Amino acid sequence: MPVNTNLATFSDWAYTSAAAVYILAMIFYLVEQAFGRVTKRAQARELVTAGGGDTVLDEPQAPSGPVERDRPERFGRMAVALTVLGVLLHVGSLVLRGLAAGRVPWGNMYEYGALFCLVAVVTWLVMLRKFPVRRLGAFVLVPVVILMLIGGMGLYTDAAPVQPALQSYWLVIHVSVISAASGMLLVPGVVSLLFMVRAANEANPGRFARLAPRLPAADVLDRLAYRTTVFAFPLYTFGLICGAIWAESAWGRFWGWDPKETTAFVAWVIYAAYLHARATAGWRGTRAAVVNVLGFATMVFNLFFVNLVTTGLHSYAGVG
Amino acid sequence: MDSRPRAVLAFLRNTWRGLTAMRTALSLLFLLALAAMPGALLPQRSLNAPKVDQYIADHGWWGRLLGQLGFFDVYASVWFSAIYVLLFVSLIGCLLPRTVEYARQARAKPVLTPRRLERMPHHARSTVDTGVADVLAGARQRLRGWRLVEREEADGARSISAERGFLRETGNLVFHFALLGLLVSFAIGKMYSYEGQVIVQADGSEFCNSGVYNFDSFKPGLRVDGTDLDQFCVKVKDFHGSYLPNGQAKDYLAPIEYQSGDDLGTGTWRPYDLRVNDPLRTAGDRVYLLGHGYTPKFTVKYPDGQTRVGATQWKPDDPITLLSEGATKFDRPGVTDPEQQRKSQLAVAGLFAPSGVSPNGVLTSNFPELRAPEVAVDVYQGDLGLDSGRGQSIFTIDQSMVAKGALTKVKRQQLKVGEHIDLPDGTVITFDGVGQWVSLEVAHDPTQTYVLGFAVLIILGLGTSLAIKRRRLWVRATPTGDGDPSGRTVVEVGGLARTDQAGYGEEFTSLSRELLLAARGGRES
Repeated sequence: MPVNTNLATFSDWAYTSAAAVYILAMIFYLVEQAFGRVTKRAQARELVTAGGGDTVLDEPQAPSGPVERDRPERFGRMAVALTVLGVLLHVGSLVLRGLAAGRVPWGNMYEYGALFCLVAVVTWLVMLRKFPVRRLGAFVLVPVVILMLIGGMGLYTDAAPVQPALQSYWLVIHVSVISAASGMLLVPGVVSLLFMVRAANEANPGRFARLAPRLPAADVLDRLAYRTTVFAFPLYTFGLICGAIWAESAWGRFWGWDPKETTAFVAWVIYAAYLHARATAGWRGTRAAVVNVLGFATMVFNLFFVNLVTTGLHSYAGVG
Repeated sequence: MDSRPRAVLAFLRNTWRGLTAMRTALSLLFLLALAAMPGALLPQRSLNAPKVDQYIADHGWWGRLLGQLGFFDVYASVWFSAIYVLLFVSLIGCLLPRTVEYARQARAKPVLTPRRLERMPHHARSTVDTGVADVLAGARQRLRGWRLVEREEADGARSISAERGFLRETGNLVFHFALLGLLVSFAIGKMYSYEGQVIVQADGSEFCNSGVYNFDSFKPGLRVDGTDLDQFCVKVKDFHGSYLPNGQAKDYLAPIEYQSGDDLGTGTWRPYDLRVNDPLRTAGDRVYLLGHGYTPKFTVKYPDGQTRVGATQWKPDDPITLLSEGATKFDRPGVTDPEQQRKSQLAVAGLFAPSGVSPNGVLTSNFPELRAPEVAVDVYQGDLGLDSGRGQSIFTIDQSMVAKGALTKVKRQQLKVGEHIDLPDGTVITFDGVGQWVSLEVAHDPTQTYVLGFAVLIILGLGTSLAIKRRRLWVRATPTGDGDPSGRTVVEVGGLARTDQAGYGEEFTSLSRELLLAARGGRES
């Protein structure tokens, strides 16, 4: 099937616009983060246990009364709206790319990175509905924007069909699942990093005195990280198993310690360790957060180092 | 007297306790991740042996040290095995008591309602105008699907203990046992598996999986001695590759015929289209299309009129343009004296381009398809060293024979199909045409279906254990008891998440709300 260059160009435009909108959203989030109210520890606690405590029949609603939003909060809300706009453009870019190349839009590293970032932002938006953490948006968008810029500038590849080894329905399943799980794991990675900052501050108010008080309470961050990881981890496991099934029919064995497979296995073990750490005395809190950050670092390492530096069977980056 | 055995016992017990503690398991998990990493960073012998040799050569004593410590065979090394064996021993030690506990709990009743429900992490309370019995009936109704037990308490109060999410532990145990099963079937598979690679000319040539000697390379499992391979034969009829204008491969197809089982006796051949993602599965083995390349064909016409035809596969050097290199070697016919025969050998060695261009006098290829096949070759005459006792590559000539003067280069020339080289002694070498070859891999792994089965259990167990929350809920209905005859009742609800609290708050809120509303509604009806 020939490549439709018009659609490919539109896709590129949508990608660039999405990145630009994310940057704008990031700035707005930063405004709220910088000028918004300080989150007090006690107040945050209350938000966490909302619905618990001594409720009778009326559960505590969000502070009611005249809705009077201060300016930083308005910026925060605009930032969310911009993020949604960015996601729409981002989705458009991927769909157009797929139509242009006549296949699923995750056949090389540029496209993989785009899907990865999209899932990260969508995960963030979903978590935003459950946790009062809007002002963290900037911290999530920073790595997303960096990845999108690296993708758009350094890894860009023209829309084209994929090589025979990739022509399988497993490309649709394996790559999309892995990419979605990795994108989701970006959120707990970032949040765990912030947890470490906030926890250090709660233990000793002198540390990160400027940044930490404006972050949500440590246990909100911990819970957010845990819930996202718990969702992404089985998905990631499923993606690995799909990869093994595909490897069996493409490369002659389901597992061969190819560099990519190995690093994916290492990341899996680290996330398994995170789940165990959270249930082990002496490992909850900061240590578990370190493990989560380490897990995400391994995922990023796997994406860049293994694709670009080592040679293995997964060298499909299309960069070169 | 008996202090020694006791000390030994104590030591064993403490070791066992230490090994099966969660902290140890956690450390072992980190060690496993750490130990697996060098396999991704350093070249591995099982994947690319020449690269390992190159690495050792480049890094001197450091490379040799790494080699001795097993860093180029990480997954077969003692330390890697030690870590995962310890991890799995620790896992078993953790699983056994948990399974016993699980079986006990499966039959146990939900625990007693705590005296002071307001001390529970989740709590709600209300006073309603219904009687105790109605409140509890309403609660039972609402708590359908929970494991319930109803108890009489002092002062006419009654309570319900409810528990839910028992499947979480089921999923957790399934996950961990499946992990064990996966490791065991993986290990057994490694013992009884084999894989072999072979190059077959795509001109109807045949390959039979009858013995190790038929393969170009063969990697057996520990318990495979190469006899008793699964019997089948494959005939490669042809090979088609199609490409994009930029030379990127679009599709590979090798039409083959195969026979296995009863067909071997009757001589029936069955057709199959072998493709990259589509191995042939027959007789318990899989046959894969790994790669392909070209076989330039040469005819050597000796001065005495005898001819010899040579068709040896050449090795692609450039994966995109398939510029290949190789050496086609000839023995002179009609020479009976072994010494003479050895010294009158001939080799055509050099480059082959499927779409040849020579931008500055050097042959190269600009497309992987056979558009303008061309060779640039050196012709050597003399002793190729085939009988020297040293192994030599089929793709090159032994340069040490040239250095020794036993082999001389007599001519260098570039040829298109049909052109020929005339040697000084009257020998004529014609470039007749080009054939194609495919490289096949035969793989056998008797346990991979079990591995897949355990992998599916892993997913199911993991999903269940992470999605389901274990939680408890208590409802206590106490008559107000202040002589109020209207039968007002204090309803208290308490909740506790057994495993992870995340998310129970929302569920508890809506549940307690419904329970209390139902109790109120009882009065209205």
